[in-house]
This record gives sequence, structure tokens and C-alpha cells, in this order.
Amino acid sequence: METTALKSTALSEKHISLGAKMVPFAGYNMPVQYKGLIEEHHCVRNNVGVFDVSHMGEFRVKGQRALDFLQYTTSNDVSKLFDGKVQYSCMPNATGGIIDDLLVYRVSEGEYYLVVNASNIEKDWNWLQSYAAEFGVEMTDESEQTSLLAVQGPNAIKVLQKLTAMDLGEMEYYSFKRGNFAGFDNILISTTGYTGAGGFEVYFPNEVANEMWDKIFDAGKEFSIQPIGLGARDTLRLEMGFCLYGNDIDDTTSPIEAGLGWITKFTKTFVNSEYIKGHKENGTAKRLVGFEMIDKGIPRHGYEIVDATQQVIGVVTSGTQSPTLGKAVGLGYVPTALSKPGNEIFISVRGKSLKAITTSIPFHKQ
Amino acid sequence: MNIPAELLYTKDHEWVRIDGDVATIGITDFAQGELGDIVFVEIETKGETLEEHQVFGTVEAVKTVSDLFMPVAGEVLEVNPELEANPVAVNEDPYGAGWMIKIKMSNKDTSGLLSADAYKQLVG
Repeated sequence: METTALKSTALSEKHISLGAKMVPFAGYNMPVQYKGLIEEHHCVRNNVGVFDVSHMGEFRVKGQRALDFLQYTTSNDVSKLFDGKVQYSCMPNATGGIIDDLLVYRVSEGEYYLVVNASNIEKDWNWLQSYAAEFGVEMTDESEQTSLLAVQGPNAIKVLQKLTAMDLGEMEYYSFKRGNFAGFDNILISTTGYTGAGGFEVYFPNEVANEMWDKIFDAGKEFSIQPIGLGARDTLRLEMGFCLYGNDIDDTTSPIEAGLGWITKFTKTFVNSEYIKGHKENGTAKRLVGFEMIDKGIPRHGYEIVDATQQVIGVVTSGTQSPTLGKAVGLGYVPTALSKPGNEIFISVRGKSLKAITTSIPFHKQ
Repeated sequence: MNIPAELLYTKDHEWVRIDGDVATIGITDFAQGELGDIVFVEIETKGETLEEHQVFGTVEAVKTVSDLFMPVAGEVLEVNPELEANPVAVNEDPYGAGWMIKIKMSNKDTSGLLSADAYKQLVG
């Protein structure tokens, strides 16, 4: 039995009072749904919804050589960032896998803000710390003091613009601003998210979390803004083919196999870059692909992928019934020869081989 | 939570309505709430005689999948034909339109089932 006490976010009581179904996730007591997953999913795709994702981890990195430090510990090209720009990246480990995927915010030349997965906070911290001294950078873990709301959906901008004088409309995708927001100074707001529905993420101290939540919901009332649970977060991200750490990528998957070549830049040296470059140049045995079910069934994490002769050829890493598309979709690793769209594969569901076809991602094309 | 007093229940969150030697079986309001939005119900055991606790089908929700267990032994006589087109009936009306199977009970032994009060205690 797990004996570690569940952590709460600053908003856990709020979720419970709203009737959320709470579940343990990454060591936190988190809302998985309020009214219903499908309704919440559509609310974000078509309107606007709010996720409490305060469980995510935030590290601040400061130092003259902060850029060099991040160039070495992350896979994307951090030199492309400028003040106010955000980048999706991953931290490769020494054995060809991925420590975590993360967002890198450039605050200034010598200061960066990293946002990491809740389940990996300690692992990431220890890993980065092991290189911090070498590059003379100072790191602070702000995870426990920081709350984060993702306000997502096409109407998110209309809601949030009511709360700030900062021009949100001029912000490009994956950028951020800091300023007065909802009456609080020095609030960080970025055009990021994990839904493909557009919107913003707002970072603020725990002390103002309940007030911030209420102000956003007051501003969103005229748009019928809704709280959204982690259940819909998963279906929304999966429709976009976004990887989930622990499901689709982990300590054993190469960024190249996972289709993260676009954030893996060999114009610089980073942890294990020579080895991973080999994956890029010589190819890998398997690749992460998207697939749609042809036969009736829902793929789930861990189900086997088989060929027409029942030979196991891969594994499902994520799967669900897509509320937007009305069909079952999944991600999984298959032999590279089958990774192009249009290949027939079979998913082993409770002893039956159900036909599926590899498809391009995102599943949901905007 | 809706737990009709006239039904019997299992620890696996099925309900049973007994009429002579025929039992109608479905999942409880609690169960449908835990599963969330149901996408389809797969029952391919029509005509089969199954033991108590044997799996008679599965229910697929967006988020998860769950087996369905026989509350009592019997032969599966009928599968709710409406669920094919409208699986959400299980969410919306678990004790009515969302019923799943009718069985001919192998015997009258219902000693393994829970009363509404006992089930209420189980799910708190």
C-alpha cells in the first residue's frame, strides 16, 4: 500500500466544494472530473475551461552560464529563446531515454524558468543539480509555493483580457508576459497549454489562489466558463497527439523514437547527444505512432499491438475514445517499417485482435 | 446517491431485480458515476450459462474499462438491445433504461447478494 500522504494544491478544497471527483495523481489529490468528462472536453474545445495544474513543478535557474547549462541538459536549442519566449523541450538521460519533458521560459539572459511534470519534480531536481555546480548556476525549486491555472479554449482570451491591461491578443504562441493580472502584481501569463484549444497558463503564489480562481470565474461567467478535470485534460492532449510522460515517453524511450526529433537539436552538445544522434542518422527499431480503431474497441495503455499473424509487434502507450472525433484513437510504439500512416495493425483487447490503422497526428486537425 | 430499496446488490456494484426465476441485471448509480461517460457495453454471452462471479461482459468508458460480473448463476436470456445505439442510458438511467441483461437463474440462491441497506454501507 502507498502510505505517503497525498498532497493538496491550494485549490483542493475549492474542487471538493464544486463537487469534483478527486483522485490521487502524481502524489496530489486532484480533480479528475466535475460534471462529466465529455462535457468538460467539449467545453474546452469549443468555449473555455479552467484546469488546476498546480501540481506541476517550477524551477528557477540563474547564473551567467544559465544558457550553457540548459543547452547541455535539455535537447532543444535554448539559444533560440529571447526574453518572454517559451520552448518545449526534454531532458535526455545518459542511457538514451528521457528524464522528463518540460517548458523552458527565458526571463532574461541569465534567468530561466522551467516547468516540469509533477511526478518527476524530485528526479528532475536531482538530475539538474548534478550539473548545476559545473555551470555555476543557482537553482530554486518554487513548486510548493506556486499555483498554476490553465485557462484553455477559444474564448479564454475574452475572459482573461477582462482581468489585465497587458495586451494578450498580441502574444504569439509559446510566449509570456509578466504584469498586473486580476489585481495582483508580477503575475506570469503564457500562451501555452496541453489541449490544442488555445488559451493561457497563469502562474501565481498559493496565497492568492482562491481569489485568483474566483476572479477568473467571475470574468468568465458571461461565457459559461467551467472547471475541467484531469480526465478531459488527457482526452484533449491525446487528440493532439501530445506525449504524456510516464505513458508515451519515459526513462527508456529515445526522443527520436517518440517523434520528438523536432525538439532535439544536434547543432549543440547535450547529455548523450552523440548516442541520440545515432538514432536520428541510423533510424530506430520502433517509432511512436498514432492510430485509429477500425473495429469497435478502445485501446488502453499497456495493450499489445499485434500483426495479422498474432505476433506481438508493439505496445499501446495511450488510448481513449476521442470526444471530438467520436472514434477511438491511440498512440503506441510499432516497428519503424509500419510507422507511416495507412498501415493496418491490430490491438489486442481482452484476447481479441481488433483492427486499427496508423494515422498522422494530431488526430484533431484544426 | 440512488440505491432503490427493492433491488439486491453485489460488492462489484451490480444490481439485481428478481421476478420469479428471471433476474434483470445492471450496474449501480455509484458504478456509473465512478466509470464516467460510457462509450459502449460489450456483452457477447447471450445463450451462455455462467456461474456466479463469472464475467458476462465489459463496459468501456472514456477513461477506463471494467468487467461485468454475474451476481448469481444463470443462463443469459437477453441483452438490452438499446445499449448498442445508446450506451449513455447506463449513465442516465442505470436502474431503468440502462439495464444490461436478463438471466434465467440456475437456482434461487441469493444469499451472496446485499440488501439496499448493506450496499449503501459499502459505498458510504
